[in-house]
Amino acid sequence: MSRIKQVAKQASQQGRKLLIPYLVAGDPDLSTTLALMHVLVDQGADIIELGIPFSDPSSDGPVIQRGVERALSKGVTLQNVLNLVAEFRQSNENTPIVLMGYLNPIEIMGYASFVENAASAGVDGVLVVDMPTTESEQLHGLLQEREIDTIYLVAPTTRDERLETICSHTSGYLYYVSLKGVTGAALTDYESVAANIAKLRERSDLPIVIGFGIKDADSAKAMGSLSDGVIIGSALVEQIAKLSDQTNPNETILAQTTDVIKVAREALDSI
Amino acid sequence: MVKNVKIDTESSGAENNQGKFDGPDASGHFGPYGGVFVGETLVAAVEELAAVYEEISDDKEFWDEYDSQLKYYVGRPSPLYFAQRLTQSSGGAKIYLKREDLNHTGAHKVNNTIGQALLAKRMGKTRIIAETGAGQHGVATATVAARLGLECHVYMGADDIVRQAPNVFRMKLLGANVVAVKSGSRTLKDAMNEAMRDWATNVDNTYYIIGTVAGPHPYPKLVRDFQCVIGREAREQSLEQIGRLPDALVACVGGGSNAIGLFYPFLKDESVAMYGVEAGGHGIDTGEHAAPLSAGVPGVLHGNRTYLMTDKAGQILETHSISAGLDYPGVGPEHSWLKDLNRVTYVDATDSEAMEAFHQLTRLEGIIPALESSHAIAYGTKLAAKMGKDKNLIINLSGRGDKDIETIARIEGITL
Repeated sequence: MSRIKQVAKQASQQGRKLLIPYLVAGDPDLSTTLALMHVLVDQGADIIELGIPFSDPSSDGPVIQRGVERALSKGVTLQNVLNLVAEFRQSNENTPIVLMGYLNPIEIMGYASFVENAASAGVDGVLVVDMPTTESEQLHGLLQEREIDTIYLVAPTTRDERLETICSHTSGYLYYVSLKGVTGAALTDYESVAANIAKLRERSDLPIVIGFGIKDADSAKAMGSLSDGVIIGSALVEQIAKLSDQTNPNETILAQTTDVIKVAREALDSI
Repeated sequence: MVKNVKIDTESSGAENNQGKFDGPDASGHFGPYGGVFVGETLVAAVEELAAVYEEISDDKEFWDEYDSQLKYYVGRPSPLYFAQRLTQSSGGAKIYLKREDLNHTGAHKVNNTIGQALLAKRMGKTRIIAETGAGQHGVATATVAARLGLECHVYMGADDIVRQAPNVFRMKLLGANVVAVKSGSRTLKDAMNEAMRDWATNVDNTYYIIGTVAGPHPYPKLVRDFQCVIGREAREQSLEQIGRLPDALVACVGGGSNAIGLFYPFLKDESVAMYGVEAGGHGIDTGEHAAPLSAGVPGVLHGNRTYLMTDKAGQILETHSISAGLDYPGVGPEHSWLKDLNRVTYVDATDSEAMEAFHQLTRLEGIIPALESSHAIAYGTKLAAKMGKDKNLIINLSGRGDKDIETIARIEGITL
């Protein structure tokens, strides 16, 4: 059983909501990211989404754009991100890692070597923001062969007939984008989220998690009660930004940085 | 009536080329290039646009309206002008200029914005957004938005705003909100990222007028179709004025809309050679250029797979060109396909070659060309020199150079 499936199954048995932090790999540097990943697990993260830095993140808002720029200023590459996962795996066998990013770095590495490297590093899922199902056949097939989950986004604008396709392609979990816009925008329309989640439930047994715009206890609780879990990205990356002038931040500082995840864990556990 | 471009197949080699030049396919691909690589939020919007475009492709009323606006508002057809002194100075083939610089707003860009504004109107969108590099597309968009009374926001790299101050002021006069983009390299590609973010946020009421033959399907196709008026006219004018088809076509290539507009109606005429001129910047060897077809590799950016300037880790490289309109790391996917098919030869002209051509055309013909078009002039005159005097060459003069005079003055150390 894949790690993601294992974690989702346990959570569902325990009535626990999934908490998935997103951070940009290499922001502010690779060793800090590695340290943060372990702290996030301690704070109650169930799965970690690791952003692959890309020069043109056209689906991301300003907070994550700046995180990406910080990573790129250190020259972080896709190969570095894969090495980071391998290093994390040396001391953590259980927490699933999902790589999230844009297609070009993967195209340039080559699909086959990307998938090979991801599998041996211990990557569990891949979410390519600018690769809809219609363009994903080849990469998806290769990921499937190595039992890596391919995760697709579902947006408020996704039409019903596409829902079928996305549900049948996705494994791991379904990622529902809570709003029309970019990462980190303000989430306002709770009602439409509830209606769209219901539509997804009719079509899939996979865990459904909600991302974009979740930034504190209230929004985590609101979205968590509509779904199987939440993804928190910009609110965390905004805190990580404060680490950029620190060398080797200590445990206390790291815990402060990831406090938003601890707070969200408590909010989700109170549902 | 102008319709989805139907190419005459009278030339002898037409059968051999059957199909190759008829792209894109139903899913928006030109061979391996093109496609729809966008975030899920935008998938429905591009699918809706593709459906509406399909619907109007045989709608006489739509195309009559488009034709009428090109005639009475833009001032088409643009002349095919025999550049006698430029020809004499080059010493070879007869050089003709397709005068897109004479269009309303001063460049070919308006052919496309007129068409897309009609689409926006038909789709009931009330808000227009666009990206711009040199500002020509921004001005052409602000112009049609003003005319239709639509709200208009133009995204422009902060560095380009400095380079192209007159066009920025022109857009503001036309009532557009010009948004300075300060992320990334602060040029055209970053403006396009920001426009895509705006589109995802305001997708319900917003129409995104992309200025070139790039972006997700159906943009490369529909922008091409709107620009093909250039090549259709040039073909007719050539038959009428020269008495036969030209021997070669030359156009500058940034995203590639003026080039594809000129080339497409001639693609099946095997006797017509075609040259796309990319921005060589300081020289291809220096790495400081904007020539993905000459020096790049296939990758994915801004919704389509195409040749890109990217490093070994897949990061998009910063580009350099004297001309803001060519300063883009990608290129329309159809050009990538035409390169692989060897139908079009892609070459480059450097900053200094473009500058020299700028002055040459200005002094010899009394026409001040845009710096973008100056790249085509630079290569076109070299090419003409190598061709016999009985040959004919058409260079697409895609825009006028009034917007560039400050840049030229600055580079040459002149205070205005």
